[in-house]
Amino acid sequence: MSDQTIVSLAALVALAGLMAYAVFGGADFGGGVWSLFATGPRKELQRRAVAEAMGPVWEVNHVWLIFVIVVLFTCFPRGFGALVTGLFVPLHLVLVGIILRGAAFVFRGYGPSPAASENARASGHYARWGTIFGIASVISPLLLGAAFGALTAGEIRVDPAGRVRSASPVPWLHVYPISCGLLALSTCAYLAAVFLVVETTGQLQEDFRRRAIFAGTATASLALFTLVAARMEAKWFFDQLTAPMVWPVIAAGMIAFAGSAVAVFARWNYAARWFAGAQTVLMLLGWGMAHRQYLIYPDIPLAAAAGPRETIVFLLISLVPGATLLIPALWLLFRTFKSPSARTMHS
Amino acid sequence: MLTAIPSLLGNSSLLPSRLQMAVTLAFHITFAAVGIGLPLLMVISERLYLRTGKVHYRSLAQKWSKATAVLFAIGAVSGTALSFELGLLWPRYMQITGAAVGHLFGLEGFAFFLEAIFLGLYIYGWDRLPPKGHFWCGVAIAFFGALSGWLVLGVNAWMQLPVGVQLDSAGNVTSVNPFAIFRTYAWFTMALHSTLACYIAVSFAVAAVYAAGYLKGRRDDYHRFAIRIAMTVGTVVALLQPISGDLIAKFVYRTQPAKFAAMEAHFETSRYAPAFIGGIPDVDSGTVRFAIPLPGVLSFLATGDPSSEIKGLNDIDRSLWPNVALVHVSFQIMVGLGVVLMILGIWFALATWRAGAGALDSQRLLRAIVLCGPAGFIALQAGWIVTECGRQPWVINGILKTAEGVTPYPHVWPVFIGFSALFVVLSITTIGLLRYLARSPVGSGKQE
Repeated sequence: MSDQTIVSLAALVALAGLMAYAVFGGADFGGGVWSLFATGPRKELQRRAVAEAMGPVWEVNHVWLIFVIVVLFTCFPRGFGALVTGLFVPLHLVLVGIILRGAAFVFRGYGPSPAASENARASGHYARWGTIFGIASVISPLLLGAAFGALTAGEIRVDPAGRVRSASPVPWLHVYPISCGLLALSTCAYLAAVFLVVETTGQLQEDFRRRAIFAGTATASLALFTLVAARMEAKWFFDQLTAPMVWPVIAAGMIAFAGSAVAVFARWNYAARWFAGAQTVLMLLGWGMAHRQYLIYPDIPLAAAAGPRETIVFLLISLVPGATLLIPALWLLFRTFKSPSARTMHS
Repeated sequence: MLTAIPSLLGNSSLLPSRLQMAVTLAFHITFAAVGIGLPLLMVISERLYLRTGKVHYRSLAQKWSKATAVLFAIGAVSGTALSFELGLLWPRYMQITGAAVGHLFGLEGFAFFLEAIFLGLYIYGWDRLPPKGHFWCGVAIAFFGALSGWLVLGVNAWMQLPVGVQLDSAGNVTSVNPFAIFRTYAWFTMALHSTLACYIAVSFAVAAVYAAGYLKGRRDDYHRFAIRIAMTVGTVVALLQPISGDLIAKFVYRTQPAKFAAMEAHFETSRYAPAFIGGIPDVDSGTVRFAIPLPGVLSFLATGDPSSEIKGLNDIDRSLWPNVALVHVSFQIMVGLGVVLMILGIWFALATWRAGAGALDSQRLLRAIVLCGPAGFIALQAGWIVTECGRQPWVINGILKTAEGVTPYPHVWPVFIGFSALFVVLSITTIGLLRYLARSPVGSGKQE
């Protein structure tokens, strides 16, 4: 295989990991969002539904992020350093969000809960870590999305000597990166609401259905707004998105999104789940295809960022036994906790 | 308008970056050790339940699975912090390490994935999985937890003794043999030593928790068998640990003479070199104060021959010395606490052999177990300081100095302060939560 093919394969693996993280990890962040913004008479039930849905799987969903990071620094070591140096501040804030989100989730889940004991300290602990869990779940996807925006807008520059500069003092605080962040956040919230409709029944299900419609509307509007912002602030990326190879993928993503919207309205809950997942995957595929030449636009093309061929080949080959173990284990996990039969058995 | 971030040459970020790594790793290692050690105790207890049907074994396994869930989560997020920070704070280091042994992180990723999957199945699956299947999920957690630790140690071993990598004059990796690291002896000895250390740290800490409860009058089967399981595992492993320690010491002697000499505060090259018990090295005069020397022992430990000549620090370029006092004192702490735990284990074994279950009537033994609770973790941290500080001034031995690997980003101090504060809050909350879990009656809680 040519070096070019191997580098593309490695990038595809990173992108696949990112897709999995976006769908599964994204839904967990969205769960945190709905936990923070739980309202109405079933407020506490909504929070509990989120916690129960996330409980067995969130750790696994989180590992996808580590997987992406590992593939990046193993296969693209020359670009990874520049990438994280250029995004030093937002990535550190994301990190704080990720640490607090996970820690707060277990602190709340395993600590004294108001239901078990009536004392004020217990409910203080529960409320405090619940709030931190929610806020961290908002911050992480928001800033990760903004960091992505800054990257695609070409805000990170690397000179020939390898020094990293940013094109502006706070490269992620522009209209386009911020709209990317908001889009990421609302996509997470949409995924979570659609998934939670499947996991709940009765009035609670109606609560999440309304949330799905709200977040879906927000996602659609933000997606359009982000396209306009890209046209203004990230022209090259917009041109790539509308290129002949790429726009059909984006269009397919939009169709999947429309499909999920129809399914939500029609209460085809399982179909909505699959469509919402497919939409996220297709949109990221479109992003990846538009960005395929570069790790960091415009200074670090993928090929220049790639490390030695031997290490990449090793990693790619190790995916085969890795996936052979991983896929059945994942299947077992999701079948045990997420399949229709597991649901009826549980309730 | 381009705003330049200062170039690589300025290293004002070195100290805060090193401190940041030290704090994050010290924090992470504690939780990672629990993720390796506690599942072992958990599955032993569940196995005993399946065999005997005695309910206290099941209660113990459930309690330990909850503690594992909390500590694993903190370990996972601090591990994520590390995977980011290695790149954020040490971009040059990560560029070389990623190219050379990133594939080990990749394999570790799979092991960690599987550990997380089976943990989810185990913790939430008490009522959903058949008992045998549930037990095997526990075995998978223990296995993949140990395996992921083992694989990370491969990267660390490579930093001590980099193999299979060629660099050009600009410091870019030009070619790699990804299989070379699998054939190194360094990896095996380090991974063995560290894995055993995790079992020791967790076992004695768990024994201490239940011994404290026993002292307070909770003299039931639940506490008695918790102490027995933890002390048995701890004792067996503590007695095996000197073997792996000996392997690793001989290997360090052959491959990292400066580290070896610093560990032992050995300044003058000599035959019949002494090993010291205790002592504070004075780097300027090249002497060790307040130490008990054991002549010839160092030569014997390093080579098996008490008359052999051991290279001292004075024959090594001063700029390549690690922090001798820190490394020597940490080494003494590690070895000293290891010996204390071996003695405690033998004491427990003899008492149990003589008095059976009555061994726990001895207040003195129980108090000793409680007192030694943190010893394994302190030894683990001390050993880690020996390994990593003993490697200095190199971050990748012989290839990249720590000062050359650091980020050009100038404002690391606020990051360090912020993360340290965060870890303090998380540590305090975790301890409080574990105390709550220990107090709360067995069988309550949402996962059962």
